Amino acid sequence: MQIARVIGTVVSTQKHRKFEGAKLMLVQPLNIDDTPRGTALLAVDGVGAGVDEKVLLVLEGRAAGEALGQKGAPVDAAIIGIIDTVTIDD
Amino acid sequence: MQLARVIGDVVMTRKDENLVGIKLLIVQPLTADRQAAGRPIVAVDSVGAGVGEEVFFVRGKEASFPFHPAEPPVDAGIVGIVDHWDLG
Repeated sequence: MQIARVIGTVVSTQKHRKFEGAKLMLVQPLNIDDTPRGTALLAVDGVGAGVDEKVLLVLEGRAAGEALGQKGAPVDAAIIGIIDTVTIDD
Repeated sequence: MQLARVIGDVVMTRKDENLVGIKLLIVQPLTADRQAAGRPIVAVDSVGAGVGEEVFFVRGKEASFPFHPAEPPVDAGIVGIVDHWDLG
């Protein structure tokens, strides 16, 4: 999984039927020091996350489909939790 | 999934039999501010996307799911046409 921040929402009318009712969020993966890492991705939201929240992202199809509650959905990323705190023991 | 713009298409006559009837498009992945992000790739289309449209695509085996029960040997597929996105 990866830590990411929700940076926006995506609206799509014409999409695969397994996305019906799903919330599509733009998420920016983060480094452990909260700096952005790579390009923003789209993820389905399984937990009711909002813009600016720090979330846990799963980047694997089967897991993302389960988070969406849709077996066989053509998804590869899902938000599976809203992060309260991250502690690095150094 | 990733945002992208459709910039072209690919036509093949001789191909894997599970690709027959499937449209192949070239997509340029985009950042949230519409800059090109990396190289264009070829993706199958299951939503009727066309050149110039902004779409989102899925990577991996899941790209073949819209064609179930066929299992085309693909690793990227357009699964939605984007109306718009809003940055918080």
